[in-house]
Amino acid sequence: MRYKQVIDSSALLSGLRVAVTGGTSGLGLALVRRLHAAGARVAFVARDADRVRRVAAGHGGIYGIVGDVANKDDIHPIALQIAGELGGLDVLVNNASDLGPVPLALLGDTECEDLERALATNVLGPFRLTKTLLGALASSAREGRGAIVLNISSDAAVNAYPRWGAYGASKAALAHMSRIWDAELAAEGIRFLAADPGDMDTPMHAAAVPDADPASLKRPETAADELIGLICETLAERMRTAPSSPAAVRQGGAA
Amino acid sequence: MKAADLPQQRPAHAKLLILDADGAIAHAPRAAFANLLRAGDLVVANDASTLPASLHGTHVTSGAPIEVRLAGRRSLAAEDVRRFAAVIFGAGDFRTRTEERPLPPALLPGDRLALGPLSAIVEETLGHPRLAALRFDGNAKTVWAGLARHGKPIQYAHVREPLRLWDVWTPIAGAPAAFEPPSAGFAIDWSVLREIRARGAEFATLTHAAGISSTGDAALDRRLPFDEPYRIPPATAAAVERARARGGRVIAIGTTVVRALEHAASSRGRVRAGAGLATQRIGPETRLRVVDAILSGTHEAGTSHYELLRAFTDDAALERVSAALEADGYRTHEFGDSMFIERRGGQRDETRWWSRSFFDWARSSQHRLMSA
Repeated sequence: MRYKQVIDSSALLSGLRVAVTGGTSGLGLALVRRLHAAGARVAFVARDADRVRRVAAGHGGIYGIVGDVANKDDIHPIALQIAGELGGLDVLVNNASDLGPVPLALLGDTECEDLERALATNVLGPFRLTKTLLGALASSAREGRGAIVLNISSDAAVNAYPRWGAYGASKAALAHMSRIWDAELAAEGIRFLAADPGDMDTPMHAAAVPDADPASLKRPETAADELIGLICETLAERMRTAPSSPAAVRQGGAA
Repeated sequence: MKAADLPQQRPAHAKLLILDADGAIAHAPRAAFANLLRAGDLVVANDASTLPASLHGTHVTSGAPIEVRLAGRRSLAAEDVRRFAAVIFGAGDFRTRTEERPLPPALLPGDRLALGPLSAIVEETLGHPRLAALRFDGNAKTVWAGLARHGKPIQYAHVREPLRLWDVWTPIAGAPAAFEPPSAGFAIDWSVLREIRARGAEFATLTHAAGISSTGDAALDRRLPFDEPYRIPPATAAAVERARARGGRVIAIGTTVVRALEHAASSRGRVRAGAGLATQRIGPETRLRVVDAILSGTHEAGTSHYELLRAFTDDAALERVSAALEADGYRTHEFGDSMFIERRGGQRDETRWWSRSFFDWARSSQHRLMSA
């Protein structure tokens, strides 16, 4: 939060090319709407064609893409549309997640297929989509535009909560992979972040903890704003290290 | 040369023939490419990802099956995806060599084409029964979604398995712009990028709409390469400037990079950043202003890629290269082995640029000759 006071987020977000997976509900939907409102060009991915159409309807600058990140054959068509419609990519948010068994189950009671699905959505999907879009992100970094991959993690990736085994183990793998990506691609200028948005009032949380009091939960819009703040901080930090970048020029060297 | 028939971008046994500035030939494993670099060099690659540019469908007027291969576009703008120049085949698929593919039904302006979820209209024919300007119905969103769902990468009869997009996207592939893969870039993965830096060299990219490499039709192939839009980022133009200032070599990964950089070059070797449309042919008469060396596939005499290599070195050297490639069992085409060719010291002084725009073709049906 060091740079918070000096970051002009509208200058950073205006025209930023962002892709969000799982963009038709919960945190993903809030991210799509908030980023778009802040001037970003946002492509989002979700499985249900009708819901994709509804979210994208009437918004120039929001690009809805139908696909399932857990499905290997969908990855390149998704990446083609993201990089095609946005003309490249500055920020990828791997947000689409699968809880594993619903209702939640002890690991010993978890069906292998439920764990496989959680791993496919929460680990393999983000890995494949990130790998496929790495070229676009590296190009963005070379042009001084951005290049951030934000992986949505969870406190279940760190703490051993009973009944959260499939989800927690998959999110732990995603978070650790983020750190390795970050170490390997720092020289290319691509930053990887794993962030825990907290317990939110979303359809996923309702499926996991049906009797939770919504009033005790964070609104997804609040979490989205915090994550957008994190993106802005990271962009601002990058500008400090690459002062000739277009974003730095727009920002007038504020940081 | 033998065609490489497996869609493997970086086979462990890939070979590299090196022709240096003095005309000497050497051989190396291609994985050792970065060893050829010197501190201060700049490596420039094409970061275009490859469009699923092959669309099977029907010529609605006649009901005949066709295959449309998108082959040209006027700009790289994300919204500018409704109008393409296309090479069109009749019935059949890639398992038949393009040389033996039937012509499409006679195409007339206004004819409709049904291509899976996409539909298009023939705007005009472009001086050859296989070549037409098409306009897709709908908006850019419709076209991107339709291409993603129905399009396949352009296939090759010499590759056994049908190619998927992941077979043809280079590791550094970004914005989708190429009609066929900028396949010299198959050699550059994330590990090679590290090695480039470790040797004190720089790496930069441009985006160039690499076009169709051959159509199987001699008359059409003589018109290759078609016009190709490109974009050079300011950071890349600046990197070229820096490399020249410090006496480093500018090394192009592939013919498309040569075409874009030389098209954007001033007579003093400065590269203009921004969007452009490469219309020139590069051949023995071309004086290269920017590029000092090229990493490329192995090309056979008579192709437009081979002609481009003649701008780098003399015919006698290229004949020795061809003999060495043959003698050492190098493999050719997209997934084949590679060559690294350094420009012979500046003996060329004549400059002649040919421009053969197929968008102009329909209007003039003649070659335009421009002097730069």
